[in-house]
Amino acid sequence: MRFAVAVFPGSNCDVDAYRALHDVLGRDVEYLWYRETDLSGFDGVILPGGFSYGDYLRPGAIARFAPLMEAVVRFAGRGGMVLGICNGFQLLTEAGLLPGALLRNRDLTFLCDTVPVRVENADTAFTRCCQNGQVLRLPIAHGDGNYAVDAATLAVMEQRGQVILRYCAPDGTVDEQHNPNGSVANIAGIINGQGNVAGMMPHPERAAEELLGGTNGLFILQSMVQELERRQHEASRC
Amino acid sequence: MKARVLISPKKGIADPQGTAVEQALHTLGFAGVRAVRVGKVIDLELPEGDHTAALAALTCMSEQLLANTVVEAYSCTILDEGA
Repeated sequence: MRFAVAVFPGSNCDVDAYRALHDVLGRDVEYLWYRETDLSGFDGVILPGGFSYGDYLRPGAIARFAPLMEAVVRFAGRGGMVLGICNGFQLLTEAGLLPGALLRNRDLTFLCDTVPVRVENADTAFTRCCQNGQVLRLPIAHGDGNYAVDAATLAVMEQRGQVILRYCAPDGTVDEQHNPNGSVANIAGIINGQGNVAGMMPHPERAAEELLGGTNGLFILQSMVQELERRQHEASRC
Repeated sequence: MKARVLISPKKGIADPQGTAVEQALHTLGFAGVRAVRVGKVIDLELPEGDHTAALAALTCMSEQLLANTVVEAYSCTILDEGA
């Protein structure tokens, strides 16, 4: 099982993602520079947080056209697992791999905090190690995390269980007081219809060791690892 | 020829910057100001000599890169036909 961590000019959580997958979870990981065009041999891709291309124009708008992203779109089209974290989430919406868009935070401030998020759908490849309704404490660090999507698309997403994480109170209550950035329906993370591409504003890779203040992020990363193990197991039986 | 692309938040899409500017205008005494929306202006020069071709190119650029049509509307204008 091999993970690729994408590196764009301006990525800054690539090392954190590498460390969480390699040092904490003991997986094979490689950095992939944005000029790379080949993802063969990789089983999972992490699009990390940061400020790719300085967030010029819109976060993710320019990185979307990097050579590596063409490979990521093809990889996702073949069913490959892709997790976009923070800037990676913004990038996935810009690339059209996930619905909606991420606007400037409601209060216009950059948020740097650790917040509770509730797992809304534990039956996905990215959340299987969680329980439905489980509250995870995860770091957020963003200026543009205000998730927006039209009402009709949101209704379909809700019905299909594509909303996987919501900002909430410490006890799991979802309300407007516990919506740090103004996201519609308190959305913190979503998954595509096929279930192989997920995006989230909170940083699981920054909550992967006690030294960092918590390990709740491992629920997400370990879910990905388990899914890839399951896939490997199935492939070896054929 | 010179051209301008105007980008603004779509109707119904939250515009936190617009809201903040509106509140600041109220504080300044412009009490009646409403519906403030903050967008972007992108000025550029095009190699096309033909008006129609230039507009087609601008539309293409806007759809692909300049605007995120999920949340933004755009309009393209030719500023001069070139000398």
